[in-house]
Amino acid sequence: MKTEVLIIGGGLIGSSIALQLALRDCQVTVIEKESSGRHASGVNAGGLRQLNRHVAEIPLTIEAAKLWRNIKELVDSDCDTCFPGQIRVAENSEDLKKLQQRQSLVKSLGYHHEEMITKKELYQLAPALSPHCVGALICREDGYARPYHALTAFRHKAESLGVQYSTDNEVYRLNKLDNVWEVRTQKGEFKADVIVNCAGAWANKFAEILGEGVPLTPKTPMMMVTERLPPFINPVIGATSRKLSFKQMQNGTLVIGGAYLAKLDFQQQNTEIDWKKLSESAQTVMALFPQLENVRIVRSWAGIEAFMPDNLPVISASSTEKNVYHAFGFSAHGFQLSPIIGKIISQLILDGKSELPIKAFDIRRFLRSFPN
Amino acid sequence: MFKQLRLDSPLPINLTINNRSIQVNQGMTVAAAVLIHGLSYTRTTAISGVNRAPFCMMGVCFECLMVINGQPNQRACCTYVEEGMQVEIQQGAMAYPRSQL
Amino acid sequence: MNNHYQLVIIGGGAAGLSAAVTAANYDLRIALIDEQAAIGGQIYRGIESVPKQRGKQLGDDYLHGKSLATAFHRSDVDYFSSTQVWSVNKQGEIGIVNNNQAQILTADQIIIATGAMERPVPFPGWTLTGVMNAGAGQVLFKSAGVVPKNEMVLAGSGPLLLLLATQYLHAGIKIKALLDMSTLTNHLYALPKLPQALLAAHYLIKGMKLQQELKQAGIPILEGVSGLKALGDDNKINSISFKHNRKQKTFTTDLLLIHFGVIPHIWLTQSVGCHHRWDDSQQCWQPKHDQWGKTNLDGILIAGDGSSINGAKAAEYSGKISALQAVYALGKINKQQRHQLTLPAKKSKQQERCIRPFLERWFAISDALLITADDETLVCRCEEITAGEIRQAVHEGHHDSNQIKFINRCGMGACQGRQCANAVANIVAAETGKTIHEAGIYRGRPPVTPITLGQLANLYPQEKQ
Repeated sequence: MKTEVLIIGGGLIGSSIALQLALRDCQVTVIEKESSGRHASGVNAGGLRQLNRHVAEIPLTIEAAKLWRNIKELVDSDCDTCFPGQIRVAENSEDLKKLQQRQSLVKSLGYHHEEMITKKELYQLAPALSPHCVGALICREDGYARPYHALTAFRHKAESLGVQYSTDNEVYRLNKLDNVWEVRTQKGEFKADVIVNCAGAWANKFAEILGEGVPLTPKTPMMMVTERLPPFINPVIGATSRKLSFKQMQNGTLVIGGAYLAKLDFQQQNTEIDWKKLSESAQTVMALFPQLENVRIVRSWAGIEAFMPDNLPVISASSTEKNVYHAFGFSAHGFQLSPIIGKIISQLILDGKSELPIKAFDIRRFLRSFPN
Repeated sequence: MFKQLRLDSPLPINLTINNRSIQVNQGMTVAAAVLIHGLSYTRTTAISGVNRAPFCMMGVCFECLMVINGQPNQRACCTYVEEGMQVEIQQGAMAYPRSQL
Repeated sequence: MNNHYQLVIIGGGAAGLSAAVTAANYDLRIALIDEQAAIGGQIYRGIESVPKQRGKQLGDDYLHGKSLATAFHRSDVDYFSSTQVWSVNKQGEIGIVNNNQAQILTADQIIIATGAMERPVPFPGWTLTGVMNAGAGQVLFKSAGVVPKNEMVLAGSGPLLLLLATQYLHAGIKIKALLDMSTLTNHLYALPKLPQALLAAHYLIKGMKLQQELKQAGIPILEGVSGLKALGDDNKINSISFKHNRKQKTFTTDLLLIHFGVIPHIWLTQSVGCHHRWDDSQQCWQPKHDQWGKTNLDGILIAGDGSSINGAKAAEYSGKISALQAVYALGKINKQQRHQLTLPAKKSKQQERCIRPFLERWFAISDALLITADDETLVCRCEEITAGEIRQAVHEGHHDSNQIKFINRCGMGACQGRQCANAVANIVAAETGKTIHEAGIYRGRPPVTPITLGQLANLYPQEKQ
């Protein structure tokens, strides 16, 4: 089977790229080793956060936020998005100082999406918070979506534009012959002009095949969810010196994360909850919301996600082969970026360059000779 | 729906269900107490608010969730009656009054 | 290390008690954890407190549990009653809640003996109040002497219906009818398995005796019933309708006790990461295990009906075998001793199994029941997801149970999917042409029973700042 672009990985990033390419009349095939959303794309926290991103990601996150605002225009579904804001609370004067510094930095770069708010405003926005907080950094336009619903919408839209998905199909090998890529898979051979590597935690396998292996580490941030509660808090809450992401979904459940890691057997693709660390996560929640003591946790889980040493993704053309592109290593904050990644990679493929600055995400940064 | 065969326990237990005082046998689960005292349901659902009653009586269906001594979400089929126990029908997601959150 | 045991047994029913009593002879530090306030599991529920007369009504097979209970209390096994296990993992950590406090026990060997649960089969009206599992009715009777007040109806397929009807009969309870929903084709296919079943003829004889007793008492047993619906208003059952002899019939009743056989309660083995397989004959998932009760995970053993459905007696033998495997793994006996000591139990278990293929075929649940045709019927009781919504999700490209769970939340409620997992897999398989094994089962997401944020936060109290 011959296709113009073959995407390895049918998660949200792969689907977003497929969609953008299809919108520009490309013929696209997506190869997914399991089912779409089986790992990071299906089980992440769904955060739509511009707040507190690495400065290199700010131009991307702002453009991505615009796309999420009108996501229905792109994928015919609102992906259950809502935008009650994300807040990073300061629990003491030291926290406050850190947040103020952060805001000054962002402002000095000419961005205005992050604002400091007073204690008074914080408690107007989140009266349920424990009373000891002293202020906060907020991005009022932030929010969240339901990850698997978003993935489904992206995928369905891509399929409606002719993108072919081949699921339960693992890619074994890549071979180039006369400028055509031959891709050996579990379900036979595919031919393609262009290859995009969006294989998430498994992406380094292909980077290595291409002779540009990277220090990618698969990690497994744990999440927990509670039973349904009456609505009592709107914005997403994070903390400055504790690991926390806390939100109440529209259905009333609380979704709690904090980048505490589960144990991982990568070969078996098996994650196991680390109760000691999840207990710490619960202690963090109790410190900020002591009234939730008797609320029941009904599930916990951990998805397998690709982390880079600098916590920045790889979004770039291959350094070794023409017509190969990478988009992986989002280090547990790729969900919000996904719509813009689709645009960037499709531009790299079709226009030879992206409108947005992506030098910081070049795969060559892991080569010793690459100037930083 | 149900009845007690006979009061064969030497020690009757007093408890309240939705503020109504009742007397049952020692060693009985709260779910059994509810069923013999003519309450047809133990909770309303968090989604559509319909009534639900004990279904499995062995702790697997989670239909018999009640507020027991102020603690919501207790499985009435796995909780045994105690003297002075206060049992309430659990009303949807409002098991936690908003005022407490 | 006082939270450490060489062997922890989870479940105080036939298999768990037998395992505990067996292993107790080998000078080991052993704990038995049970969710109920008293031992006995479901089969021997209330066995230690049952009054004489009620014991008689329940029958000799029930009273057999007394000997197990006595032996257990003679042993020096640490007994955790009213204790929920919310997690087991590969490190041998066992999360429990006892007296509202969560803690972690550790063990070198773990025997999971969590028994069976009644197979949930969604049908129109099954969520109305006044519709209950027959096993639930039996638990009420065994443990509290609580019985139906008015004339009621029993329906479904499985030997428990006959047993419960007879037990009710002995207690003077009125039964309007017993609706047998096993099909004639079942019975035809079961016949070739009869010769083997005759090796355990006492079970067949018991079944026939029960049937005869009910008939003599004038209780109508309607065979070949289909299309069962529970009807009511204000969420309360007031009647049922069904098809019998090609006629549509209606009975008024305020209580319908249903039963569609039992399946292993696998939520713990599922969550710890044991491999499972779909068993076509028993129409359920089973944790994979070998002849010694070993699962694919080191130190995690399984015993009793939680491994496959073979009944209380077989569970007792299986508990013994798994216990001796644990004793062997702990170095207290050698391979030869394990072989010899387990030989009688293995033989007896085999003998118990003779009847099973016949029973499984005779009482097999038809596809018409397993694959709810009525789109309005709730499949996920907790999240209130209908069969129609599940079918629609399949048509929109979500082709396994976990994707269905992601997209429409079925299985995400408090019961963790215990009540809908089978039905969802059956619907997915029917709609996609996949096997049920391929349609898959929800991945384990601990805690297996909910724990509170406070309990989790205080899990390691000594290390709290």
